[in-house]
Amino acid sequence: MADTTIPERIPINLVVNGERRALEVVPWTTLLDALRDRLELTGTKKGCDHGQCGACTVLVDGRRVNSCLTLAVMKDGAEITTIEGLARDGTLHPLQQAFIDHDAFQCGYCTPGQICSAAGLLAEGRARDADEIRELMSGNLCRCGAYPNIVAAIEQAMSRS
Amino acid sequence: MNNFQYSRANDVADVIRLLAADPGAKLIAGGTNLIDLMKENVERPSRLIDISRLPLRNVEETPDQGLRIGALVPNSDLAYHPLIEQRYPLLASAILAGASAQLRNMASVGGNLMQRTRCAYFYDTTTPCNKREPGSGCSAIDGLNRNHAILGASNSCIATNPSDMSVALAALGALVHIAGPTGERTIALTDFHRIPGDKPHVDTNLSTGEIITAIGLPPRGFARNYSYLKIRDRLSYAFALVSVAAALELEGNAISEARLALGGVAHKPWRRLEAEAALRGQAATPDHFGRAADLLLEGAVAGSHNGFKLELARRAVVRTLMQAASGTPQSQAHKKIA
Repeated sequence: MADTTIPERIPINLVVNGERRALEVVPWTTLLDALRDRLELTGTKKGCDHGQCGACTVLVDGRRVNSCLTLAVMKDGAEITTIEGLARDGTLHPLQQAFIDHDAFQCGYCTPGQICSAAGLLAEGRARDADEIRELMSGNLCRCGAYPNIVAAIEQAMSRS
Repeated sequence: MNNFQYSRANDVADVIRLLAADPGAKLIAGGTNLIDLMKENVERPSRLIDISRLPLRNVEETPDQGLRIGALVPNSDLAYHPLIEQRYPLLASAILAGASAQLRNMASVGGNLMQRTRCAYFYDTTTPCNKREPGSGCSAIDGLNRNHAILGASNSCIATNPSDMSVALAALGALVHIAGPTGERTIALTDFHRIPGDKPHVDTNLSTGEIITAIGLPPRGFARNYSYLKIRDRLSYAFALVSVAAALELEGNAISEARLALGGVAHKPWRRLEAEAALRGQAATPDHFGRAADLLLEGAVAGSHNGFKLELARRAVVRTLMQAASGTPQSQAHKKIA
């Protein structure tokens, strides 16, 4: 017989933006909801909640993932970087500065996901030109249509990294 | 999402024990398809067994010069693995044609095989769907079926399998290594997924209580003459309307070995040995490629909205074989079709 008792909250540890955070979660808590609702890091956005828009993109152990399709309990012990963790000592991350320089957003809702995804793209080192940036950023939608400026911003950060 | 129990497995024996103990349990690795379906209440497991920490992440050379790929290797790691890039570029290309960079980072190769064969009605719990609720009917047959199957479908289901990776694996003659309560077994990838018949709720021939442990690749990698061409409604991050994996070995302009598989057209990757046999010994010409396409597409039947797929698939097969023969595989970043 399937176990129908309500599961206990499960204690997990995450290192979020360099800081160790202990919390207890029910198994169906997504990493996105844990970040936003439990750790009050609301920079990471919930868009489609189905992995189609990329607004929830964060870095887990340095790799970009959709936090809406990730269970927090499965990432016990992982290092998470969100948009709040990219600036260093009051200086914007080169991608954040490049997005400002190139006016790479309008409403801004997709921007944290775009920037975290671009940070993952730079770390992967697979994009060499604008076409490859476009292809490897295709998991991040911008309904304002700032795509040309987003590509230009990433090209700037890529050339300076 | 329904409430469920959570167990973390440490090794394969642990997984088999946990699966046997809870018939409603499902395995979770990357979760990219399963969590999505759970959010729509299409999948409602009583327990998730977390297999993401199992030691199945190696890509190893086998004594026969093939490769053994652990079931938990992420899709992106496999696509960018030096042995795959150099020896099996068809597989690398197909993986990079699928999903998004984020999803490829999350999804495991075993999970890629286990993603549901599906259509929009499968996700829509307000409509009948034999795959979701056996016996309830198929909404797609008389509904919006533009993306649906033209080969191997039944009166019960016309959904297509969206995996790009599986299409390349089918062409390459890959094997699926499985462990279960009665031991280990290995089956051909082309026997792993099912056609729907009257049981469309069963996507694969993986039995209850079993787990995929690895994918096997035979030595032949077709690294010189291959191409993966994916035709879709937008240039990236969309399922195929039609996709083609083509691989050739050439002696001069004569074909000594040929592999051909289609995606986006059936409940499983579509490969037909007759089409490949017809190419062997022939010159690499559009006429011969067209004949192979006709054989591959034999028996194809269109629905009310996807008649275009018949000609699209034929042309895509010829084009992909031309790309393979000329040694100019389709780029997955630069989208112009050569």
